[in-house]
Amino acid sequence: MVFEHDVLIIGAGLAGLRAGIEAKRKGVDVAIITKVYPVRSHTNAAQGGINASLDEGDSWESHAYDTVKGSDYLGDQDAIEILAQEAPSDIIELEHMGVIFNRDEEGRLGTRAFGGASHARTYFVADITGQALLHVGYEQSLKHQVKTYSEFFATSLIMEDGACKGCVGIEMRTGEMHVFKAKAVIMASGGVGRAFEPSTNALICTGDGMALAYRVGAPLMDMEMVQYHPTTLPSNGALLTEGARGEGAYLTNSLGERFMTKYAPNMIELASRDVVSRSEQTEINEGRGINGCVMLDCRHLGAELIHTKLRQIWELARDFSGVDLVTEPCPIRPGMHYIMGGIKAGIHGETYVPGLYAIGETSCISIHGGNRLGANSLLELVVFGRRAGGHAAEYARSQKHASGGENLMDADAKKIKALLDKAQGGEMVGKLRLELGQEMNTHVAVYRDDAGLKQAVAKVKELKQRYRNVGLQNKGSVFNTNLLAALELENMLDVAEVITQSALYRTESRGAQFRTDYPERDDANWLKHTLAYKTDGDPRLEALPVTITKWQPQKRTY
Amino acid sequence: MQANLRVRRWDPDGDRTVRYDEFTVDLHENAMVLDALLDIRENQDETLSVRCSCRSSICGSCAMKVNGASTLACNTKLKDVTPNGTTVTIEPMGNMPVLKDLVVDLEVFWNKIHAVKPWLQPEGPDPVREYIVADEHMMNLINTVQCILCGACVSDCTVMEVDPSFLGPAALAKGYRFAADPRDGHKQERLETYAQPGGMWDCTHCYQCVQVCPKGVAPMEWILQLRHEAEAAGLTNTNGVRHSQSLAESVKESGWLDEAKLAMDSYGALGDKMKLVPIGVRSLLKGKMPKTGPFHHKRPGADHVERIFEELEGKHS
Repeated sequence: MVFEHDVLIIGAGLAGLRAGIEAKRKGVDVAIITKVYPVRSHTNAAQGGINASLDEGDSWESHAYDTVKGSDYLGDQDAIEILAQEAPSDIIELEHMGVIFNRDEEGRLGTRAFGGASHARTYFVADITGQALLHVGYEQSLKHQVKTYSEFFATSLIMEDGACKGCVGIEMRTGEMHVFKAKAVIMASGGVGRAFEPSTNALICTGDGMALAYRVGAPLMDMEMVQYHPTTLPSNGALLTEGARGEGAYLTNSLGERFMTKYAPNMIELASRDVVSRSEQTEINEGRGINGCVMLDCRHLGAELIHTKLRQIWELARDFSGVDLVTEPCPIRPGMHYIMGGIKAGIHGETYVPGLYAIGETSCISIHGGNRLGANSLLELVVFGRRAGGHAAEYARSQKHASGGENLMDADAKKIKALLDKAQGGEMVGKLRLELGQEMNTHVAVYRDDAGLKQAVAKVKELKQRYRNVGLQNKGSVFNTNLLAALELENMLDVAEVITQSALYRTESRGAQFRTDYPERDDANWLKHTLAYKTDGDPRLEALPVTITKWQPQKRTY
Repeated sequence: MQANLRVRRWDPDGDRTVRYDEFTVDLHENAMVLDALLDIRENQDETLSVRCSCRSSICGSCAMKVNGASTLACNTKLKDVTPNGTTVTIEPMGNMPVLKDLVVDLEVFWNKIHAVKPWLQPEGPDPVREYIVADEHMMNLINTVQCILCGACVSDCTVMEVDPSFLGPAALAKGYRFAADPRDGHKQERLETYAQPGGMWDCTHCYQCVQVCPKGVAPMEWILQLRHEAEAAGLTNTNGVRHSQSLAESVKESGWLDEAKLAMDSYGALGDKMKLVPIGVRSLLKGKMPKTGPFHHKRPGADHVERIFEELEGKHS
C-alpha cells in the first residue's frame, strides 16, 4: 500500500509522540510508524526524573552550565541554552497533560538531587518517571488523534531531488511492504544499545534510525561518546536509577570505603556518570572490587523510602540479583547505557539532509556532548520533540509529495526476499549479534586504547563480511522476528563501524571517551565534534568546531 | 541450571494446527522465562515468534501464560516455575486471537483502553504553574499509573471469557486513574460512562486480575472503588447498584439471599424484568430454580444478622 501524510515520524517514544502532538497542533496531517506499540518504547526505562530550573533559587544558567560542564565542554552551547531555558515551561506542560509528579509538602512539584547537578532540579514520579511520561505522551497522542502505525519496521528512507520524502517499511503482522510518503520525516527511533553486550537497553534499541539516515547521507556525530552507567546489575545489565544515589545511597569497595570521596571530594557519589563509572572501573581494576563489581549501599535510607521512592529498583535487585536493598548492599558495575552521539541535527532537529529531522537518543543536537547528565535525556525528548514537530510542520507546507517511492519498496522487498530465500545453515543472527556486543563491550568501553579499538574495527569488518552468509531458519511472513533481528543487526553493524572508527579518530580523552594512550583532554586540537559520513568504503571522518557561547572550557572537577 | 519448556506453537503460514514443542535450555540460576525463550529463538529454533523488549518488566511486551497463568516472561524466574525438574508450559495470552506462536492480536485490548478516554480532561484554562495537589492524592494514583498495559489481566479475565463486550480490568483501572485525578474536570461524565452495561458493574470479583498483574496494580480494587464513587455521585439507576442493594437488603431482612428477588430487583424497567421470564422458565426446566421459589423464608437467627447490619450502618452513618 501507499500511505501519504504531511509529516511522518519514525519512532513512538516520548520524542516522537511529542513531535507528533506539536505537528498536529500546527494543523498538518501527521503519522507515526513504530516497530513496537508506543508504550513499549524505551523511554520507559528512564527511572529517575527530568531536569528543569523551576525552583526560585535555581536558574536556567546554572542548569545550562552544569550541562556544559557535564558534557566535558563538547556540548553545543546554543542548543544547551535552549534546553535549559525552555525546560521549565515544558515540565509545567507535562504536568498539565497529566503527569502525576511527586509533590512537596505544599502540593507543588517536588525535586530530588541528581548527578552532576549543582541544584536539586530533578522532577520525578517515584522511580518510574520515564514510564509515567511515555504513557502521558501516548494519551495525548490519542487525544490529538495522531495516526499511529504500530509494528511497522522502516527499511529505507525515500530520497527525491536531494530531500527526504518518506520511508519504506514492512508490516510485522503480514510481512507486507508499504510506502509512506511524507513531506517531512522526523527520525525519533532511539539508541543503539544492543550493539553492546551487556547493555541496560531494551532489545529494540538497535540504531535503526541512525543507520537509515546515515545511508542517505546524513552524518553521524560524536558516535564515540558512549555512556556507561555507574549502577547496573551484573546478571543482565539492568539499570538501578541514579535516583538511588540522589536519595543518598553510597558506593563502596571491597574494603568498605566510600571510594568516590577520593575521585570527587565535593559531589562524591553524585559526580557525573563518566567520572563515577571510570572511578568504579579503576577500583575494580586495582583489586578493590568484589567479583568484578562494587557495591551500591541503600541500607541507611530505610525501608519506607526504598519501598516508596525506589520501589522499582528494589524489585529489580530482588528479581535479578536476589538482593534485598533494605538489608544488603547490591553488587553493581558500569554498564553500557546511552549514546550521546547520533544523527547530526540543529536546534530545530534539522539534519544535513533537507526534509529529514532527528530528535531524542538517535540524534546529536548536541546537548550531551561527551557525557549526558542524568535526567537531561527525558528533557531533551520534550524540548526538541516539540521544536522539531513544529518546524517540520511548517516546512511540510511548502513541500510536495514524492512522485516515486514504489521502486524503493520493490528494491527492499527484493532484498528481503533474497535474505529469506537463502538456505539455512550459514551464520546465525543471534550469534553474530552476541559477538558484536561482546567485542564492543571489551574494546569500546570505559577505558580504550589504540590497539583495542583497532581490534574492534577489524572485528566489525569481519562481522559485516560474515553477515552476508546469514541464512534464516524462519521463512514465514507473519511476525517473523528472525527476519527483523537480521535487519536490525545490519543496522547495528553500520552504526558500530562508525562508533569504533570515531573512537579511533578522537585521539584525546573527553567525557565518556577515555583513551589510556591519550589520557588528557586536548582542547587545542579536539574541542571539536567528530562527523562520520557514509562512503562505499570506510566512513569518512571530519571534525567540526564546538559552538561556544558563554562558557569557556575549564578543568573539570566534582 | 537446566530447564525444560513446552511451548505452544501455531503458524498461520504452516499447517495451522496447534502443537507443543519441547526445548531444553541451560542457563544461569537467576535466568527468567524470557531468557529461556530468547535462548531458544537465537540458538535452537529461529521460527519461534515472541514479543519482548525491555527485559525489566516496564514495557509490557512479553505477557504470556506460564503454566496456565498470565505473567511477564521477563520477571518470572525459570527455577520458580520448574520445581524439581518439572517442565514449564508456555502459551500465548487468552481472550485475544493468536497471530503466531506466543504473539496475540492486541487490537481488542487497545480499543478497550481507548474507549475510556484515557487522557486528562481539565476543566477551564490551565493554571500558570502546576496544579497544587497534595502528594498523597498524586501517589494514590501511582498504583494505576504503574499499569504497563501488558494485557495479563485481560488475558485471564473470567468475565471477558464469556462476555467480550466487558471493558475489562486494564481499561477500568485506567478509567479510575482519571476519574480519581483531582485535576480532571469530567469525573461525573466518566463515572456515567464506566457505569454503562459492559462497565464497572460487570466485574464478578473473581480476583484473577489481582492475582496475575505483574505490577501489583490490582485492577479489581479500582473497579470496586469506581463503584463506590459512582454510588456516591448518585449514579444509582443501574443494574449493578440495584443488584448490590437487593443483595444487602435480602440478607439483612431474612439472613440469607433471595435469589429470585435479586434477579428481579436488579433489572429496573418492567421491560427488562420481562426478559427474565424465558431465563426463569429454562432454569425451572433444568432444575436450577431456587427451591423456595417465590416463597423466601426468614432464617432462624436472622435477627442477629440484622443487628450486625445496623451496627455497621450506624458506624458508617
